[in-house]
Amino acid sequence: MSSKSVERLGRVVIRFAGDSGDGMQLTGDRFTAETASLGNDLSTLPNFPAEIRAPQGTLPGVSSFQVQFADHDVLTPGDAPDVLVAMNPAALRANLGDLPRGATVIVNTDEFTKRNLGKVGYTANPLDDDSLDSWQVHAVPLTSITVEALDTFDLTRKDKERAKNMFALGLLSWMYNRPTAGTEAFLKTKFATKPEILAANVAALHAGHAYGETTESFAVSYDISPAPMAAGTYRNITGNLALAYGFVAASYRSGLPLVLGSYPITPASDVLHTLSTLKRFGVTTIQAEDEIAGVGAALGAAYGGALGLTTTSGPGLALKSETIGLAVSLELPLVIVDVQRGGPSTGLPTKTEQADLLQAMFGRNGESPVAVIAPSSPTDCFDAALEAVRIATTYRTPVILLSDGYLANGSEPWQVPDVDALPDLTVELATEPNDVDDEGNPVFHPYLHDETTLARPWAVPGTPGLEHRVGGIEKADITGNISYDPGNHDHMVRLRQRKIDTIAQSLPDLEVDDPSGEARVLVLGWGSTYGPIKAATRLVRGTGAKVAQAHLRHLNPFPANLGDVLRSYDRVVVPEMNLGQLALLLRAKYLVDVRSHTAVRGLPFATTELADVIDQHLKELA
Amino acid sequence: MSTDLGIPTLRSGTDGVPTLPEGETQNRKEFTSDQEVRWCPGCGDYAILAAVQGFLPDLGLRRENIVFVSGIGCSSRFPYYLDTYGMHSIHGRAPAIATGLATSRGDLSVWVVTGDGDALSIGGNHLIHAMRRNVNMTILLFNNKIYGLTKGQYSPTSDVGAITKSTPLGSVDHPFNPVSLALGAEASFVARTMDSDRKHLTETLRAAAEHRGTSLVEIYQNCPIFNDGAFQLLKDRDEATARILHLVDGEPVRAGSGDATRVVVRDDEGRLQVVPEADADPGRLVRHRVADPDPSQAFALSRLDDPAFAQVPMGIFRNAPRPTYDDGVRAQVSAAVDDAGGRAAHADLTALLHGKDTWTVA
Repeated sequence: MSSKSVERLGRVVIRFAGDSGDGMQLTGDRFTAETASLGNDLSTLPNFPAEIRAPQGTLPGVSSFQVQFADHDVLTPGDAPDVLVAMNPAALRANLGDLPRGATVIVNTDEFTKRNLGKVGYTANPLDDDSLDSWQVHAVPLTSITVEALDTFDLTRKDKERAKNMFALGLLSWMYNRPTAGTEAFLKTKFATKPEILAANVAALHAGHAYGETTESFAVSYDISPAPMAAGTYRNITGNLALAYGFVAASYRSGLPLVLGSYPITPASDVLHTLSTLKRFGVTTIQAEDEIAGVGAALGAAYGGALGLTTTSGPGLALKSETIGLAVSLELPLVIVDVQRGGPSTGLPTKTEQADLLQAMFGRNGESPVAVIAPSSPTDCFDAALEAVRIATTYRTPVILLSDGYLANGSEPWQVPDVDALPDLTVELATEPNDVDDEGNPVFHPYLHDETTLARPWAVPGTPGLEHRVGGIEKADITGNISYDPGNHDHMVRLRQRKIDTIAQSLPDLEVDDPSGEARVLVLGWGSTYGPIKAATRLVRGTGAKVAQAHLRHLNPFPANLGDVLRSYDRVVVPEMNLGQLALLLRAKYLVDVRSHTAVRGLPFATTELADVIDQHLKELA
Repeated sequence: MSTDLGIPTLRSGTDGVPTLPEGETQNRKEFTSDQEVRWCPGCGDYAILAAVQGFLPDLGLRRENIVFVSGIGCSSRFPYYLDTYGMHSIHGRAPAIATGLATSRGDLSVWVVTGDGDALSIGGNHLIHAMRRNVNMTILLFNNKIYGLTKGQYSPTSDVGAITKSTPLGSVDHPFNPVSLALGAEASFVARTMDSDRKHLTETLRAAAEHRGTSLVEIYQNCPIFNDGAFQLLKDRDEATARILHLVDGEPVRAGSGDATRVVVRDDEGRLQVVPEADADPGRLVRHRVADPDPSQAFALSRLDDPAFAQVPMGIFRNAPRPTYDDGVRAQVSAAVDDAGGRAAHADLTALLHGKDTWTVA
């Protein structure tokens, strides 16, 4: 045991930063897993470049992973790191601006060579002058100590150097009293076929831990108690994994086989990767030749009675729009996941944004309404997937689920649900005629709509007696035959809209968090801004001010009480990572003068930024 | 990294599709829907529809297990006129939609109806990838060398020089040869037939349906409104006899009769040429090998096409079975399910959701 002193902390934000090849995402993931197993609440933010390996040691090549963990409820990955681990000068330079005065910086001095310093514009070594005096700097020759610790291993110097991320992880694990057994088990699986590499990584992990314990420069280690959480079994999960599991659960609960048609695209591809490993659950994945074929395959499968799913990001959604319009016309269930990223065009493939809301709402020809929903956190992606399937199958409609890059890659602890407690998604397929003809003979009418849901029967090929044709040409109501009749078209356009509007009857009222009941300002958000908005309202309330907060899961249709909620506050503030897309919809639909706060920096909102915005509005009303 | 997939043994194209009970039959009328056919008078599509309605009952498949998927264009109205399941989809995308359907439902006989514009222009990508993957489906490509439904623009099979609505000075656009394209995409079954030759059309469709994998059947089809007579030479009995090179497996490739018979030979450079039979060196005669795993000779035969129809190879260019995509996908899923002890149950899903790293809060 260490003889050093242990301090207790309530919360800590750590950012691991290094070159794209330094293994910072893995280091962050492992530290997160260790932290989760200790029962801290946490939230993570991976941040990496689109380039797989940008030029070594340069600013564009910096990859980072931030985790906030605490002895209480955590809503965001944290605004500013308390600790920065910088594996090279580029990582220091790229992240120093985010570091508050007094924060701890651990730098790998081995990489602070003249050449590396020059690559990022340092004319002098910041470790040698007073430029870092505002921070607590631990200058550690991480690479050379790692190599030294692995002296007896029969490995190349390069392989030994590669283990330096495990050394750093060991050091941080010591500093925050994290257990390393989980990481050792992880390494055993990862390097099962490379025993020497495995041993080296474990040795580096231990060496890092021992370094913290014995080196004088690290005088204190820290303890963060577990956060109070509801009783249950927990795991850590990212948004993309939660989405994939949500769809598998929906398949199980609906009894329909899941068929994913998808084309690889950042940041959605992990859903394809995960589902391709879950064939055991009857999941079929089709990696299509393009985005259009991905949704086409999903729609074809849906026509055949499967749970049709396609996953993409903004540019892919643009390509799928015509097929989604066909699904609107066919009135078949189809789920489209858009893991949003910075746009327009290729934009910022690895960064987050919420700027596809209007594309999801309106990005098709003609009056082509679809249901739109958005998860609010990584774990909520699981529930959102089930909800998307519920709406799609109940109402026989395409549903667009808007996740984003932050939710996709961010992670947090998840209370693993009881499978029996998941919604029952049983679907009734049509099996027999549903109408009679003029002579009273039973017939099947594919466009005879259910009176309550306005859904049409789902009659899949292989069902005798229900042979019928569907298509993108306007259909006559009831019979589904081609119809160019003006009155019928007007009727069908309104019917399809009414069907989407009808979904609102199945939605719970929007809940408002307004503890005093006296707030005059409502902060309303959607999607991944939930954490920062919630955290900001807490900050503001901490100062004694009153503010209400609500968050939309359903963007189309909106919950039935939304208009009443909006009109019951003197001011409605809508923070969005776009230029005010939800605000535009709210203003148009409810004639309420909502105030937008927008930022499109490819990063989630900072809590303090939103708290300042709320403060400003409170002041204006005072 | 690659691995042995253990793809199932090759079977007929309709294996797995439920058949009629022993002794029961269906007729053409049962395959005819109640919808009024709305093609122009004299359109070649009528003949193809009649042939398909006449031939489908012979397959002995349950009608509800047959699905026709089409794209956009005159030909794509086809599904409305058949009393099977059908989807009239969007321009060019039928092969993609059919891929999802055929892959997820091995018990269906899936057909795609498309045209030269639908398949080769806007849907070119989906077409080549369907053929590359070898999804078990039959694609009927109606080639009339013109855009009909948009009223007469040139298509990707229109000849250079074609005067159309959008090429008033003649098209400078080089056309695709659909058969060459299909062979280049390694389609496992490629054939060409003609709307007006009912017998040949029916025989070709039967072979295409029998083939497991993607069958691409190019059907020369007359558009009486915008490109009338495009295949007229081949409809004249004597001209057809003289010009059509019959592709018969194992036989020399011949056109014409009597003294005017011509045959395909391989020249010193390895190229194929059509020469009078009397002049042909028997050692250089090209015999058609329909199942040759190497598509080179079939491709060379497809290049004998000539815009003026000096000779036109007709029949089955290639029928060389190889593993199909949909069989492979289904095999992987069912093997995974079987290996795990059957259909996933409550406990399996619970285990999945928990993963390997959990902790408990009391």
